[in-house]
Amino acid sequence: MSTTASSVPVGGFDLSTRPAPRFGGLNRTILFIELRRVLRNKRTVIFTLIFPVVMFLFISSTIPAGEESMGTNVLANVGAYIMVSMAVYGAVMATTAAGASVSIERAAGWSRQLRLTPLSPTAYILLKALMALIVGVLATLVTFAVAALTHKAHIPDATVWLQCGLIIIGGALVFAAFGLFMGYLLPAENAMQFLGPILALLSIFGGIFTGPLSTDSTFGKIAQFTPIYGLGQIAHWPLTLTTSGGHDAFKMAWVVNLLVWALVFVAGATWRFRKDTARV
Amino acid sequence: MVDMDTTLQRHPATTTGAQSAPAIELTGLTKSFGDVEAVRGIDLTIRQGEVVAFLGPNGAGKTSTIDMVLGLSEPTEGSARVFGLDPHTAIRHGLVAAVMQTGGLLKDLTARETIEYTAALFPAHRDVEEVMATAGITEIADRLVGKCSGGEQQRVRFAMALVSDPELIILDEPTTGMDVVTRRAFWESIRADAAQGRTVVFATHYLEEADAYADRIVLVRKGRIVADGTSAQVKALGTGRTVRATWPGADVDGLRTLDGVEGVDVRGDQVLVHAKDSDAVARHLLTATPARDLEIEARGLEDAFVALTSEENS
Repeated sequence: MSTTASSVPVGGFDLSTRPAPRFGGLNRTILFIELRRVLRNKRTVIFTLIFPVVMFLFISSTIPAGEESMGTNVLANVGAYIMVSMAVYGAVMATTAAGASVSIERAAGWSRQLRLTPLSPTAYILLKALMALIVGVLATLVTFAVAALTHKAHIPDATVWLQCGLIIIGGALVFAAFGLFMGYLLPAENAMQFLGPILALLSIFGGIFTGPLSTDSTFGKIAQFTPIYGLGQIAHWPLTLTTSGGHDAFKMAWVVNLLVWALVFVAGATWRFRKDTARV
Repeated sequence: MVDMDTTLQRHPATTTGAQSAPAIELTGLTKSFGDVEAVRGIDLTIRQGEVVAFLGPNGAGKTSTIDMVLGLSEPTEGSARVFGLDPHTAIRHGLVAAVMQTGGLLKDLTARETIEYTAALFPAHRDVEEVMATAGITEIADRLVGKCSGGEQQRVRFAMALVSDPELIILDEPTTGMDVVTRRAFWESIRADAAQGRTVVFATHYLEEADAYADRIVLVRKGRIVADGTSAQVKALGTGRTVRATWPGADVDGLRTLDGVEGVDVRGDQVLVHAKDSDAVARHLLTATPARDLEIEARGLEDAFVALTSEENS
């Protein structure tokens, strides 16, 4: 047997015939299996794909004829506003659930089992992030598709569709970190049982179910500091495009809200994740 | 304690390298959790191809030791090497796999998906269908793991361990939840596997399993090894053996003075000698006395287990 520097038998074994996997073990097979697993979960499918669509159809049907306009010269209609709201809700639910699935996997001993494989902890978190991205895109696409096909959402500019979609998906990824953080923190087997109602509450604070919020009211003042508020405002902003090409004023406070919460969630998830891998 | 060199090595591993490191080498291994010392200095060498049972009462430190071998926890002192490598490297190259007693499964994956998932993590893995056939889960391949019985789940875990084609397989109470027939079939596949040169280490509370399937038994008590040897040697250590012979008017006092004799009973024409070294007693009886019709009985492993792990025997 030829012996090169890389194939020197260690402990009697030629380790070159047993390579460690590339990318820390991340691969297409496990991604597809994870995706099948998510779509098999009735709770996830109902809350991330079906519920936002049903809510959209219900709320948009309550708009009286002649009141579909968002304002003088504004291109998008109220239906488009509701569509973006529901897509934000669905996408945030989806990414949080993807992150929070670590709680189930820890309780089941699956995380421990994975430590007996070459899958690196970083690759595992990356896998969760990729799953969050995929389900976030799915949730957004489904709501957008239904809204477009039923002609209830009206946005004449294709760029605005794209802007809204990208903001929702990107912003919702922040909540994958929230899900991870809570999934590691909560002792429950299924953290989503707690997180579902919490997200619904945060969505109300974030103005997702109530329409544009006035920052003059006490409710509005409190809401500005809640996690979904920033994302909700940024995601709706492209819809204010007018026939003359102008927008409503963009507030940096929205971005600050999203970034601060992103920092909190990522720091929290990293802290719990490190603690978890150290303890094992 | 039995010298480890006398241990039976049935399946010398066939390896490509000139030197062959031990499958497991534990040196002065200790593990403390706060004030509690779970493992108090274990030195143990398990050679490639051995089938070793790891026995001990609850809290003996078996699981703590196994966790350190698998790299799931770090030793407080001492070291654990697997094929001469640190456990993490051995895991990353798929040299070692483990079957845990509980957990480690996702209920919402099918049996096949579980094996495919595991296989995908090891670049040099075995064929999934072949492994499922070996573990006997082909018929339940498309069933969700959550809908499988305890015994079926245990076979799924076994298939997960086999799919990476490990050189060392560690089983923690592997037959929990299996009925007698399944358990026998399970051990047959383990033995068939070990015959290929794979090293097998298992913890079990079924003493008869250790007796029947292990080449070597390592008894652990309070974080230390109290006995190490073949099943027969360990049995002899605990309570010795009984030599029964027909010898009317036996010289009881003479027998009592023999080395290693623990007791002598007379029942009619029969004399029963309890001894650690039954060979010496038998030789003496046959060559220096008129005794005949010799029978040598080993006490059960359970007697040895109780004797060696009980409080008085420390």
